[in-house]
Amino acid sequence: MALRIFRGLLLAVTLLTVALNLPQAAETVNDQLLMAKKPARYLSEYGLFLDKPARIPNARVISYDLNNPLFTDYAQKLRYIYMPENSAPAPYNESDVIEFPVGSVLIKTFAYPRDFRSPDKDISFIETRLLIHKKEGWKAYPYVWNADQSDAKLKVAGKRIPVSVIWEDGSKGTVDYAVPNMNQCKGCHVNALKEFAPIGPKVRNLNRIHHSDAGQRHNQIAYLRDLGFIGGGPDKASEMPKVPEPFTISDGNLFDRSRSYLDGNCAHCHSPGRPADTSGLYLNFEENREVHWGVNKPPVAAGRGSGGHLVDIKPGRPDQSILLFRMQSTDPGIMMPELGRSLIHKEGIELIEKFIKALD
Amino acid sequence: MKKSVQKSFGVALFTLVVTGVCNSAIAKSEYFVSPGPDAQEKLQEAMIVAEPGDVIKLDAGVFALSDGLSLDVDNVTISGQGMNKSILSFKSQKAGSEGLLVTSNQVVLKDFAVEDTKGDAIKVKGVDGIAMIRLRVEWTGGPKTTNGAYGLYPVQSKNVYIDGCVAIAASDAGIYVGQSDQIIVRNSRAEYNVAGVEIENSFNADVFDNVFTNNTGGMLVFDLPNLPQQGGRDIRFFRNISKDNNTPNFAPEGNIVAIVPSGTGMIVMANENVEIFDNEFSGNDTMNVTVASYFDDYDDDTYKPTPKKIHIHDNVFGKSGLKPDSGMFGTIVNETVGTPVPDVVWDGVLPLMDYVFFGQAEGDKLAMHDNKHLADSRPFGNANMIMHVIAPIFHEAKFDLEPYNKSYPSLPVVEVIIRGRPAQELMN
Repeated sequence: MALRIFRGLLLAVTLLTVALNLPQAAETVNDQLLMAKKPARYLSEYGLFLDKPARIPNARVISYDLNNPLFTDYAQKLRYIYMPENSAPAPYNESDVIEFPVGSVLIKTFAYPRDFRSPDKDISFIETRLLIHKKEGWKAYPYVWNADQSDAKLKVAGKRIPVSVIWEDGSKGTVDYAVPNMNQCKGCHVNALKEFAPIGPKVRNLNRIHHSDAGQRHNQIAYLRDLGFIGGGPDKASEMPKVPEPFTISDGNLFDRSRSYLDGNCAHCHSPGRPADTSGLYLNFEENREVHWGVNKPPVAAGRGSGGHLVDIKPGRPDQSILLFRMQSTDPGIMMPELGRSLIHKEGIELIEKFIKALD
Repeated sequence: MKKSVQKSFGVALFTLVVTGVCNSAIAKSEYFVSPGPDAQEKLQEAMIVAEPGDVIKLDAGVFALSDGLSLDVDNVTISGQGMNKSILSFKSQKAGSEGLLVTSNQVVLKDFAVEDTKGDAIKVKGVDGIAMIRLRVEWTGGPKTTNGAYGLYPVQSKNVYIDGCVAIAASDAGIYVGQSDQIIVRNSRAEYNVAGVEIENSFNADVFDNVFTNNTGGMLVFDLPNLPQQGGRDIRFFRNISKDNNTPNFAPEGNIVAIVPSGTGMIVMANENVEIFDNEFSGNDTMNVTVASYFDDYDDDTYKPTPKKIHIHDNVFGKSGLKPDSGMFGTIVNETVGTPVPDVVWDGVLPLMDYVFFGQAEGDKLAMHDNKHLADSRPFGNANMIMHVIAPIFHEAKFDLEPYNKSYPSLPVVEVIIRGRPAQELMN
C-alpha cells in the first residue's frame, strides 16, 4: 500500500519535473547505444527514462518486484525491465533465471528516504545499476547519482558514498554505501559457466502480485506475459513455483519463509556451480539435503568466520550456529554476505534465529 | 580523509604506456600504479580495464587499501618491485573478504606483498593457470586468532604454480590449495601459521624444496566430505624441511585445522597415493608424521575416510615427539603410543569390518622404507585407536615396522602448464 502511494507521489512530483525539463527528455530508448561496445557516460543518454532524474520510465520499461530481495543496508530498490520492440518473449522457465533476449536491460535503482519514518518522502537515488544483454553477453554498469539528482554517471572502479539517514526509531545514522566495482558485480552475477548473468528474475521470485500503474491486481508473470516479455507457462499463478515473502507471515510457514530469505540473500553464491560452492554449503530454496543447507555441517574455509562454533546450523541452537554468527557481524573477515552491506539486517537475524531455534 | 581517496589529486600517479602497435589484435599495454591517496581506485580500475596480455606494474612503496581488489581478465600479469618493496597493505580494510581475488585464467602474480587482510590474503577461484611467484603474504602482528584464514588460497583450479613465496601468520594455512588439480608448490617458506601448507581435496600435487618452521603443523594433506571435489590423491612431498613447528594452535574453533596439535611435522588424513620422501623432519614436539582417518561424523556416501597407499621413504627424522601437545589430539597420541612419540604414527583406523575380520588390503597398506631414524627412537607406531575408544583395557599400540616394510612405484612428476609452457619458465 505504502509503496503504491509512494509511486503515485513520485509520479506527480516527477511529471512536474518532466514538464519543466521536457526539452532534454528522450523520446525513445536508445537501443543502439545500449548495444554499443562502450557504455554511455551518463544514464540519461540511454533514454530508459523520460526524464533525466529517472523517475518516469519510458515505454516498454516495466517495473517489477521480487518476493525475496537481497538486503542492502535498508536501501529501497526500484526495479525495471526493458525489452526492445519486436523482441521475442523470454521463454518461461522454472528451473533457472529467465533468459531475457539480447537487447534486454535490467535496471535497479538504490535509494534512501531522508527519514525512514516517512519512507515515501524525500527519496534520494544513490546508484542505478544496469544489466544490459549485449550481443557478447550480459554486462553490468553502475551509475552513481550526482548530488542534485539530475543524472547518474558511470563508475566502473567502485565508490563509497556516505548517506545520512534518520532511522525508524528517530536516531540519526550514516550508511557507508558501497557502489560495487565491475568485478565485484561479477563476484555474485556469474553462472555455472562463468558467464555474467542476472540473479533475481526467476519464476519463483517473480510469482507475485504486480503493482501495475493501473492499480489492477495482476499476477506479475501474467502481466509480463501480456506485455510479451515472457512467453509460455501455466495460466494459473498457483501452478507456478513461488517462494514466500520472508517477512509476510501469511505467505508461508517459518521454515519456507526462512529458506526463502536464505535463498534471496545467500544462494547467488551458495549454490552448486556458484562462487561459494567450494564450501559445500548450498542455500538455494530447492536444496533438500540437510547437511548441504547447513545442518550440522562443519565449515571448510571459514577462518575466524566460524566464531568458535563447530557447524553452520546447529538445530535448536542459533547461538552455536556459524550461519547466524556471520549474519550478525559487520567485520569484513567474518560477515556474510561478503558484499553489499555495512549494517546488520535485524529483521533477517530475528527470522533466522527463530528458524534455527525451531529446528530439531 | 577517506573521501579524498575518491578524488584525483591531479598527480600523475597512473600512467598508461601503450607499447604495442595497431597491427596486433591483442595490443599489450602496461599500467604503472604508484602508492598514493587514489591508489585503491587506480589499481582496481587497471584490473578492470586491462586486456588479455597486459601487465600491471606496482611501484615500490606501501599501498594503503580500504577494499578488496579483484582481477577477472585472463592472461594478465601483476608484478611489483619485490616482496619487501611493493606492499599492498590492508590494515584499514573496510570491505572484502580477501585482499586480492583472481577469477580469470593464465594470470601471473609476482614480486609483491599482501599484508594484514581482514580475511584471506590472495584467493584464486575456479581458474585454469595461476602462477604465484615470489609473493609474500603476512599478518604483521604475528600469530593471532583474529588474522585472516589463508595466505595463498587457490581453490577449484587447475595448473596451480607457487614458487619462491613466503606466508606468515595465517590463522589457518599459510599456503592452501583446495579442490584443485595439477599443482606445484616449491621453494617457498611458511612460518608462524597454524598450517604451513595444506593440500586439501586435490589431485596431482608436487610440494618440494620448501621450508616449514614455527607453524602449529608443518605440512597437511587432507580430504574432507561433502565438497564438490573429493577423493584427494596422487600427491608427492619431497625435499621439504618441516621442523620446530611448535607454535600453539591459534585457529578459531570450528575450523578443521583447529584440531592440529602444536608440534606436528605432517598430517596425512584420508587421501590415496601420497608419496613422502627425502624430507627432513625434526624438533616437532608432538610428532613428526601421522597418517590418520577422518575422525568426525559425516553424512556422505561417496566419501572415503581411510588413507590408502601412503608411501614414506628416504626421509631423515630428527629428535621429535618429546612433549606432545596437551589438547585432545596430542593427548590421544600420548596415551596410545607414549613418549617419545614414534616418528611415524598411524591411527590404525579401518572400516570396522576390515578392522575386526579382514585387515587392510595388502595393496592399500602404509609403506615405509629407507628412512633415517635416530638410534634411540622408535620409527613407527600403530596407535590402534579403535580399541583405545571401544575397549581401553584391551588396548595396546603396535610398534613393529615389519608389516609395513614395503614399497610402491614412484608417482609421476606433476607438470603445470601456464601460458602454453611449463610454469617454471615464468620465473624470470
